Amino acid sequence: MELITPAIGLIFWTTVTFLILLFLLKKMAWKPILGAVSDREESIKNALTSAENARKEMQNLQVDNERILKEARIEREEMMKDARTIKETMLTEAKDEAKAEASKIIEAAQATIQSEKQKAITELKTQVAELSVGIAEKVVRKELANDKEQSVLIEQLLKEVTIS
Amino acid sequence: MKLTPLFKLIVLSFALFISSNEIVFSQEHNTSNSEEELQQSTEEGFDITSMIMHHISDAHDFHILDWKGHPVSFPLPIILWTDNGLISFMSSEFHHNDDGTHVVERKGMNFVKFHEKIYIANSEGKITLDAEHHPTNTRPLDFSITKNVFVLFLSVAILLLLFSAAGRSYKKHGNGEPKGIAKFLEPLVIFIRDEIAVPNIGEKHYRKYIPLLLTIFFFVWLNNIFGLIPFFPFAANVSGNIAFTFTLAIIVFIVVTLSGNKNYWKHIFWMPDVPVGMKIFLAPIEVIGMFVKPVSLMIRLFANITAGHIIVLSLIGLIFVLKSIWVAPISVAFTLFISVIEILVTAIQAYIFTMLTSLYIGAAIEEEH
Repeated sequence: MELITPAIGLIFWTTVTFLILLFLLKKMAWKPILGAVSDREESIKNALTSAENARKEMQNLQVDNERILKEARIEREEMMKDARTIKETMLTEAKDEAKAEASKIIEAAQATIQSEKQKAITELKTQVAELSVGIAEKVVRKELANDKEQSVLIEQLLKEVTIS
Repeated sequence: MKLTPLFKLIVLSFALFISSNEIVFSQEHNTSNSEEELQQSTEEGFDITSMIMHHISDAHDFHILDWKGHPVSFPLPIILWTDNGLISFMSSEFHHNDDGTHVVERKGMNFVKFHEKIYIANSEGKITLDAEHHPTNTRPLDFSITKNVFVLFLSVAILLLLFSAAGRSYKKHGNGEPKGIAKFLEPLVIFIRDEIAVPNIGEKHYRKYIPLLLTIFFFVWLNNIFGLIPFFPFAANVSGNIAFTFTLAIIVFIVVTLSGNKNYWKHIFWMPDVPVGMKIFLAPIEVIGMFVKPVSLMIRLFANITAGHIIVLSLIGLIFVLKSIWVAPISVAFTLFISVIEILVTAIQAYIFTMLTSLYIGAAIEEEH
């Protein structure tokens, strides 16, 4: 029975020492230890989160970079294509224009030639008419003087005509 | 293949644990009905029961060894509260007398020591025994610094030394990696926090109870370990003393009862979600349960630690019972084996005590779900 009968003295001292121990350890040990541990855990957690964030940001940046590069490439290609089309259209246009200009010049030349020819013909005609009139005049005058000479003159005149 | 010896060990230690509990109870029976037998057996020779009882009980002086037939012990102060006020003197005043024949006189009162208890002597300066050999003398209130109290103080001093050093090292090194003693203690503290307090009490409330749980764990553990060290100034049976476990259990009971929220009391007196008849039936059971919980804490720690001590003492006592030095190797081998298991038990019992405490607190503050 003695073994399972709690003694008042030991109860008293256990209570006192336990309460003092609890109070002192709470002040001197549990608070600083648990505080330091939770602070450390907090800082580790923060470090991990920020590392994770940085990683994500890096990834985003990379994705962005790739996107921008891709876009730039596409733009460049488009620009090249546009330039090529513009060049081609410009060339064709220039060719067409040149052709049109050339044909215009040719037409104009032809027209000038035609008109010059016409002028020349008209002048020739006028001159021929004048000549004819002159010849006729001379013939008429000679006829009036001598028959023989008349015919010689005609012949001479004719020769002249043929020559000219 | 590696598992098999471990499994054997577990089975064996379990069996020993059960048998050790039986020993406790059989010992209790022995002591309760046989002071007479004790006296007889001492005449016959070595009395193992009284040797064991002497070793697991508290004492007023710290017996270190016997030298040339004379006991050498460390005297401890005796503090008594009597009708004439506080009286104190050193236990050496009794000159190792433990059968109530040496009288110490203080403030006109005569004190005798009988089986490590202080009595006020009768008119003849002796102990009066009844038919069952129990003293009928009055006892003063005994607040002596006994062997157990002494070791209790020692454990407190060592705990304070260790943990204040650890606490200071954090102040010095900031919240970087732990240094020195803190390196060893921090994992234990974190274990209590993460494996005991948080799962049982919950993330929200554990902070309020963690100092209590940590203090209980290390207090019980260190005193368990001290009980295993077989020489001065340890060798007491503090955590195997019913007064020690009783006090801790009372503290747990008070904390649990004061922490109890509305939901806790409702579950005790008016169990929700059951028929009215069942509510009335369950209420007394739950009320008994309130008290059974701390009582189980008290008995578990007491019985386990005391049983361990009894096994070790019995094995060593075999040498003297069989009166043969040739028993010694076997006794020592078995004692070594048991001691190794006991080292495990010191931690396991401290863990279980803390675990159950946090479980009870957790149940008391659980919110309605």
